[in-house]
Amino acid sequence: MTLPEAPAPPRQDEERPGEVVTARHPLRWVAAACVLVVLAMVASALITNPAWEWEIVGQYLFAPSVVRSVVLTLELTALGIALGFALGTVLALMRLSANRLLSSVAWAYVWLFRSVPLILQLLFWYNLALLYPRLSVGVPFGPEFFDFGTMDLISPLTAAALGLALHQAAYAAEIVRGGLLSVDHGQREAAAALGLPPARRLFRIILPQAMRTIVPNAGNEIIGLVKGTSVVYIMALPELFYQVQVIYNRNGRVMALLLVAAIWYLILTTALSIVQYYVERHYGRGRA
Amino acid sequence: MVELRGVHKSFGSLHVLRGVDLEVRQGQVLVIVGPSGSGKSTLLRTINHLEKVDRGSVRVDGRLLGYRQSGHRLHELPEREVLRQRTQIGFVFQAFNLFPHLTVKQNLMEAPLSAQRRSRAEVEPMAERLLARVGLADKAGAYPRTLSGGQQQRVAIARALALEPKLLLFDEPTSALDPELVGEVLDVIKDLARGGTTMIVVTHEIGFAREVADTVAFMDAGRIVELGPPARLLDVPAHERTRAFLSKVL
Repeated sequence: MTLPEAPAPPRQDEERPGEVVTARHPLRWVAAACVLVVLAMVASALITNPAWEWEIVGQYLFAPSVVRSVVLTLELTALGIALGFALGTVLALMRLSANRLLSSVAWAYVWLFRSVPLILQLLFWYNLALLYPRLSVGVPFGPEFFDFGTMDLISPLTAAALGLALHQAAYAAEIVRGGLLSVDHGQREAAAALGLPPARRLFRIILPQAMRTIVPNAGNEIIGLVKGTSVVYIMALPELFYQVQVIYNRNGRVMALLLVAAIWYLILTTALSIVQYYVERHYGRGRA
Repeated sequence: MVELRGVHKSFGSLHVLRGVDLEVRQGQVLVIVGPSGSGKSTLLRTINHLEKVDRGSVRVDGRLLGYRQSGHRLHELPEREVLRQRTQIGFVFQAFNLFPHLTVKQNLMEAPLSAQRRSRAEVEPMAERLLARVGLADKAGAYPRTLSGGQQQRVAIARALALEPKLLLFDEPTSALDPELVGEVLDVIKDLARGGTTMIVVTHEIGFAREVADTVAFMDAGRIVELGPPARLLDVPAHERTRAFLSKVL
């Protein structure tokens, strides 16, 4: 009789440490199969149903009038974002100012322009001539140097760009303010202790770091605005959405032309998403 | 070199500095020790006007800091003047505060280029020289986040030196460091002290104070309790509070 031996320690191969066998996930495969079937059904519904009129889509996708309207959509977006973020940055700095009047005015601006629907604001600027038939440049409450008819100065395009930019500025102000607040206080102190001039502190030290927070939110806003420009159709500006409506009202190919617009919006926003990726990478430098 | 007279500072109802008088001569190394909340850091920050004093005066190199005196009134200087005064005073923070989006060399060159308006041709070799001096010549192109805490603090010291300041202020320069990294930073500071740089160091490193300081000041409750050569202050303190503090940290 021998006493039961203590179990031998599991033998380990010195050369080959234990191989790892990954766990199986059968349910994942089932789920994947289900999704594949659904995707196939969607593709089939899109391709086999002649009512989509893919050849009409192809025909209008690059039609000169459609391409022109895409360019206008881009112009409105660019104007809205550039002016909106320029004004928004000023508003954000005002909001963070120690001067109560400046910060209150900035707060009130954001409150007002965020609260009124964009479409209403656009109509307001479009019809500004009803309130102020003439606009002039001069000393406040003093003599005037130039004088314009409001109708001549504020064309539908100006009204649209103005409306989009002023509305955008309210959102941009909050995004920029959030970005500025996200920068560690020690960075401001270090810059001040080194004697950097205020503008340099802002543009070289604080803003580049704030951009890490600003860019993802600004990306949302820009992509939102690309689609948001479709609202200006109410001012009969031939941007993308208005233009396809004009065309389908003429030829009755409603779905095909809506699809044309959808494809263009997809292309524009995809391009912007790619740009955003690289911009984020640029401002992320120095961070793991 | 540095002269403080009756400096008071409050944050709201908290009276942090309660009448501090202090003098630091050219080439002197003053180490300030004391319990947390005794006002050491605040005191240091008044010396480059990161904190404005409520009462009293701070003079660096004979010139009133942050104010212009006319009669009995002190007029706040325009920001541009304050910034110019600050370029003569290097400040090293506990949390390094390097600019994370700039490389090590850009961190060093930023202030000489934009605050002192020196030429790139002059500043670039100087930055490289300073990095070599703190033993980081090979890290010029690295971003701060890729460095260890000790390396970051050495870069921060080099950045402060890049302004060629008359005075260096250190605010607990080793408190944010892992214990094994403290030595390399203290070595750099010791090296500067031997080189005759005037400096004021707030620290908890009593051993460092003993080795490097020519004067140690003990602060408590917003006042300088006593001040003297390290051998006297650290070994035979005159005040009970100093003794109590030292018995806890030694």
